[in-house]
Order: sequence, then C-alpha cells, then structure tokens
Amino acid sequence: MTTDHRTRRNYLNANYSIWSWLFTTDHKRVGILYLLSVTFFFFIGGAAAVLFRLELMTPRGDLTLPETYNKLFTLHGIVMIFFFLVPSIPAVLGNFFLPMMIGARDVAFPRLNLASWYIFITGGLFTIWAIVTGGVDTGWTFYTPYSSTYGNTNVIAAALGVFIAGFSSILTGLNFIVTTHTMRAPGMRWFRLPLFVWAHYATGLIMVLGTPVLAVTLLLLILERALGIGIFDPALGGDPILFQHLFWFYSHPAVYIMVLPAMGVVSEIITCFARNRIFGYRFIAFSSLAIAILGFLVWGHHMFVSGQSMYAGFVFSFLSMLVAVPSAIKVFNWTATLYKGTVTWSTPMLYALGFIGLFTMGGLTGLFLATLAVDVHVHDTYFVVAHFHYIMVGGAVMGYLGGVHFWWPKMTGKLYPENWARFSAILIFFGFNLTFFPQFVLGYLGMPRRYHAYPEQFQVLNVMSSAGASILGVAYLLPLGYLIWSLRYGRRAGRNPWRATGLEWTTPSPPPTENFPDGTPIAGDAYQYSSVDDWDLVLPAPEEHPEEAAV
Amino acid sequence: MNTSFELFPEQASTMAHKVDRLYLFELGVAVGFTALICALILYFGVKYRRGSRADRGNPPQSNLLELMWAALPLVLSMVMFAWGADLYFDQQTGPDNSAREREELDIEVVGKQWMWKIRHPLGRREINQLHVPLGYVVRLRMISEDVIHSFYVPEFRIKQDVLPGRYSTMWFQPSKTGTFHLFCAEYCGTEHSRMIGEVIVQTPAEYSAWVSGETGEPAEVRGRRLFEQHGCLSCHRGEDSSRGPSLAGVFGRQVALSSGQAVVADEA
Ligand SMILES: [Cu+2]
Ligand SMILES: [Cu+2]
Repeated sequence: MTTDHRTRRNYLNANYSIWSWLFTTDHKRVGILYLLSVTFFFFIGGAAAVLFRLELMTPRGDLTLPETYNKLFTLHGIVMIFFFLVPSIPAVLGNFFLPMMIGARDVAFPRLNLASWYIFITGGLFTIWAIVTGGVDTGWTFYTPYSSTYGNTNVIAAALGVFIAGFSSILTGLNFIVTTHTMRAPGMRWFRLPLFVWAHYATGLIMVLGTPVLAVTLLLLILERALGIGIFDPALGGDPILFQHLFWFYSHPAVYIMVLPAMGVVSEIITCFARNRIFGYRFIAFSSLAIAILGFLVWGHHMFVSGQSMYAGFVFSFLSMLVAVPSAIKVFNWTATLYKGTVTWSTPMLYALGFIGLFTMGGLTGLFLATLAVDVHVHDTYFVVAHFHYIMVGGAVMGYLGGVHFWWPKMTGKLYPENWARFSAILIFFGFNLTFFPQFVLGYLGMPRRYHAYPEQFQVLNVMSSAGASILGVAYLLPLGYLIWSLRYGRRAGRNPWRATGLEWTTPSPPPTENFPDGTPIAGDAYQYSSVDDWDLVLPAPEEHPEEAAV
Repeated sequence: MNTSFELFPEQASTMAHKVDRLYLFELGVAVGFTALICALILYFGVKYRRGSRADRGNPPQSNLLELMWAALPLVLSMVMFAWGADLYFDQQTGPDNSAREREELDIEVVGKQWMWKIRHPLGRREINQLHVPLGYVVRLRMISEDVIHSFYVPEFRIKQDVLPGRYSTMWFQPSKTGTFHLFCAEYCGTEHSRMIGEVIVQTPAEYSAWVSGETGEPAEVRGRRLFEQHGCLSCHRGEDSSRGPSLAGVFGRQVALSSGQAVVADEA
C-alpha cells in the first residue's frame, strides 16, 4: 500500500473543512451525514431496549419505576422507527447509490437533499429535548385520549419532533421519484434498472403520499392537547377511533418504507454472490409497486378489536391477506436465483440469506394477525411484538447491515475484516432469534405488550428473550468497531472487489465528486452475471486498476 | 424463579378450541413454508457453492413457476381469511339463537385508570375480579371512564377495547371452572401492567350463592382485606403525592363528593 492512493481526488478528500460537509450538496456526502446520524440514533434506541429487557428479567417491576419503564419503551419505539428505520436504507444507501446506479451525477434536487438532513436533525433534536426534559410515555403510537388529555409527559415536544422529521422523509422520497424519472443514463430503460432502484421508487411513492397524513394527525393531536379543541377525546366531543384510522393510514405503509428498501438491497446482494441473473426480474419489480399500493389499503388490520365495524374488519382482513402474494413472489424468486448459481457465503450474503429466512417468518406470522379470530386473541400481546421485530429487525436491519457491508468498499475504498464480519453476522442472527422467538410463545400464552410487571408463569420465556437481547447488543457493537478500524487499517478495495455489475462499480472507490470521471456511462441490462464463467471466482477479487495509483 | 412454562394457554371457553384449531392450521402452514425456504437456501447454497462442479448450464426462467408460487399463497391465505372471518362473525354477533335454550347473564364493566369495576345483575359489585357461572352465555357491556382500555381473557381467546364515551360489548361461554387471567391489553398509562385481575368460573350453584351471598365478615374487616388484596393502596395512600384521597376510617363517615354533595360512606 503506497500513499499515492490517498492523493487521488474523491468525494471524501475533495475538501476537508467542516463547512464543506455542512454545506455539501453532494448526494454521497449527504448519505454519509445520514449514516452518522442514524447510527447515533440506533444506539440510543438500542440502549433503551437493553434497559427494559433487563427490567423484564424478573416478573416484579423492581429495576425501574413504571413511569421510567413506560418512557423507555416509548423512546425505543419513536427513535428506532422515525429516526433509524425510516431513514436508514433510503437516506443512507439510497442517497448514496440510487444516483450512481442510474448513471447520474447527483439527485434531481441536491439542495433539497441537504435540506432534508437539516430537517431530520431538527426533528431529532426536538425529540431528544423531549426525552431529556422528562420523556414521553404514550408509546410510539400516541393513542388518544391518553396522549391528548390524560398523559402528563412531554407529548407535544415529541410529536413535534416526529412531525418535523416527516418532512425530511417527504423530500427524500420526492428526490427518488424525480431522479429516477429524469436522470437515467443513456440506455438505462425502466426494465434495466437495478431492483434496488425499483424498491426505492416504490418507497418514494409511499413517503410522498403517506407522510403528510402522519403530519396532519400529529398536528391535530397537538391542537387538541395544547388548545383543547375536541377532535379525538370524547369528553370534548371527539372520536378516539378516528385517531387510530389516521395514525395507521401512515403507519402501516411506513412498515413498507422500512422493508421495501431492504428488499432492494437483498436483490443486489443475492445476484452478486450467486453470480446469477435475478430470477423473475419483472415479477420482483412489480411486486414492489404492488406492495406499495396494497399497503395503503390495509391499515384497519390494527383495529380488529378497537370497536371498528365488523364489516370493515372483513374487508381489511381480506386485503391484508393479499399482501402475502407479492411478498411470496419475492421470496421464491430470490431463492430460485441461487439455483445453478455460484454461491459465495460472504458477509453481505449471510445478511441477505438471513433476511430471506427471517422475513419469511415475519411475513407468515403476519398472516396470523390478518386472520380476524386469531388476531382477537394475539392483538396487543408479545406475538405482535415478535412479528414486527421479525419484519423490522430481521428484515430491515439485516438488509441495512448487509447493504452497509456490500457497499462499504465503495463508500470508503477499504475492505472490512471478513472473518470478524461473518462472525458478527452469525452472532446477530442467533441473538435476534433468541430474543424474539420466545416472544411468539409469550404472546400466544397471553402476555400483553407494554407490561412493566407480569405474572410469574411468563418468566422463563422473558429471561430467554433478555439473554438474547444482551447477545444482540454486543453483536451490534462489533461492526461499529471493525468498520471504523477498517477506515485506517483495512485493505484497499479497488473499484469492484465483488466483481458486481452495477454502474456504481465502474467508478473508482471512493468515487470522485462527479461520480463518473470518464463521462456518463452507457447502461446495459441489469445483473449480467455468469455462474458458469465464475464458478471458482474468489471474492474479494484483487484490484485491477493499477493506473489509478499512479495519478 | 418459576421455571415451568407451557406453549398454549388453557382452553376455558367455547371459543378457545376453535381459535386454537385455526391457529394450529396457520402454524402448520408457517412451519412448512419456513422449512421449505430454509431447506432450499441451504441446499442450493451448498450444492452451488463456489468451486463446486455442479451443472450450471441453462438456468431457467419460468412464468408457470411464477404463477404457481403466486397462486399457492393466495389460496392458503384465502382459507385463513374465510375461516377467521367466520369465527370473528360469531365473536361479534353472539352465539346463534337457534341453539337449545341457554342460560344468559348480562354484566356491566367499567374500566378506569387502573382498575376494572364490575356490576352483576343482582347489584353485587366487585373490583378486578369477575365471577361467572359455568356454561352460561355471559354478555359484557363495557365503557371506560377515561382512556382506552382493553378487556382480555387469554384462556377465553377474547379481547375487546373498552372506550370512553361509547359502549362496547362482548360475550363468552365459559367451559371450565377455575381462575383465569384478566388483563388490560391496551396501554393506558403508568400502572397499565397493574390493571389486571382474575376471572373466576364457578358452577351455577356456587355462583348464585356468591352473587346473593354474605360472607359474614363485618364491613370494615372485609373492606380492609379487599383493599389490600386489590392493591388500592397504590392510589389511596394518604400522602400528598398520591392520586386518590386516603380512605382510612372512611366507613360510616360523611364524605364530600366532587359533585358538591356530601354522603355517608355506606356499604354501596
Ligand atoms: Cu399494519
Ligand atoms: Cu391498560
């Protein structure tokens, strides 16, 4: 390794001043700003989870006061959903790679992109302020009239934080849609787009169409709480169920904001490490759109015991079941992509295959919850908690970590230590299952969620879950350590260590500010891999662009 | 630490085994599909691992396959929908009336932060306990005094949110005597996890004795016992910081109500 490499201009060393970062309009730098911020929020939300899992080791609520416990799970939910999961893949990997994958120099609105980060940080600071000045205890769902009238914690500040952060999500989604429509390189037809781009396009639609409804809902909540205007509280002439309709109209589609981008990541990783064309390209692409559209029609499945009409229950149950079809299509197509491939069990591949297994379990248990009579029993129990963690942690977080590892060499120019990374991926998989699998059993036994103390008969399963959570906590710290280590000591990656086919791999690592120094690339079909030629290909492959070193 | 644990709650209502049967069907589907996907991933991942000399010629693309694996989940999920909707219809509308003559019972439930208040037809009241007779169709008429709560008896496989400003109803038919969990399932604030109690299913004879019965204890003694049993102390502690007033020596005394009237605290 010579020092010459460091002298080549790239987006990182183009300018070292802090101002060049704070006023950057480079989509790659905005992606890095998001990477730093969501990592920060991830560990805040994770710390809260470790604390309340400790509390739940014993049936009596003896470690924290009930007030504290309620604030901890609320903090965990709000921070993880609105400040980690929603922005994680889109705002970090989407911002960085969507333009590069379509051969563009930047997103369509680079300044709006930077603005979205500032809005996000403002919302985050509001929320942190709400937490340090006393916290909020409504749960991330803010159900009325508890949140609007009865609770006496910092509801307004926290709701404002989420309200503000929502606008950053809208701007990100808008940028994805317009960028995909207007900035594709010559030859990049719609059916040549990497599936990562299709997934982010679908996600962008949900962000733009769904998030304003959340904003309106939170604004109405704030109006009722601050000014006593009766909207949701029956004592003021309002309707508490109305809040649930409005809230879930955004918050169910939000699940797909979190998981669709992860599906896009998985499509990139599976093809690359199976050296195969994707099985059923169009089916996967259209299933993303189908999920985005169906996602807006199923919100009432959160309300089967709320007092909503029985007939509404029928319709929402039926429509929710339909989501099984596009989800199954994706799972089967990914699995079929391995057939006659050349499979390397690399770190990103471990995450991607882990994603498929855990998402399958999460999706199938979603069918239990869409089934009316079964949902009546397991609604608001740990069964629901387990289900959505299989989708959001087993799905979205696994996809995010897989993507971070897959593109780390491109973002930083460095390779991470492969054995450490594989070990962490396996540890995360086991810690995750030990944490959340017992919760399915707990839920069917009838343990309600958000319980600070619980009957003794539930203790064994809770101890298992808490043990898993501590393993998971340690396992998440490992990538933080070795990824930072690799920045200084990692091997140089070269342009394309995975011999992947996307346009983002045709440019040096880290990419120069203008992305494609040799001019706009010409796009061909996606995923032109050949497992026959690559049957003994070793990854990461050695560098093949020595001329870059000489510059 | 209690080291025993089960996988299924008891079946104590006529609905329980019906819900369990559907659940087991879904569990079968879920386990089957998960096993299939995991087995395929491992099989392909090993057979076609880098360096293996497996045949990789002519990887297929097949629309028929796509159609099949879209249709199979559709059919299975529609079975789940129809089966679940059928049971849900019964849960929402009550057992069909063409059946043989049944004994029925209507009970009033009020939820408030953080207790369940119950009133039986003959006027007997109880808190955080619900006595019901075996085999009767019991209908609950429920309302909340403050926020949303949810009345949940896992052994009966039933749950219904209890709303402020609107009555909600539900029914069940206990099929087993014993003591079962009563949980508040909708998060309702600080002591949500203490808003629990028990459902006590008795034989009809025991129930009718209980509902009209006197225990023979003097009112103060019985009051003290119930007070401690139900943890009322968490609110009515008699300290400045507590939620409710102290109730020490309240029996037989004049009490000023929030309505401005004054009444004598009697046995009601
Ligand atoms: Cu949902
Ligand atoms: Cu409650």
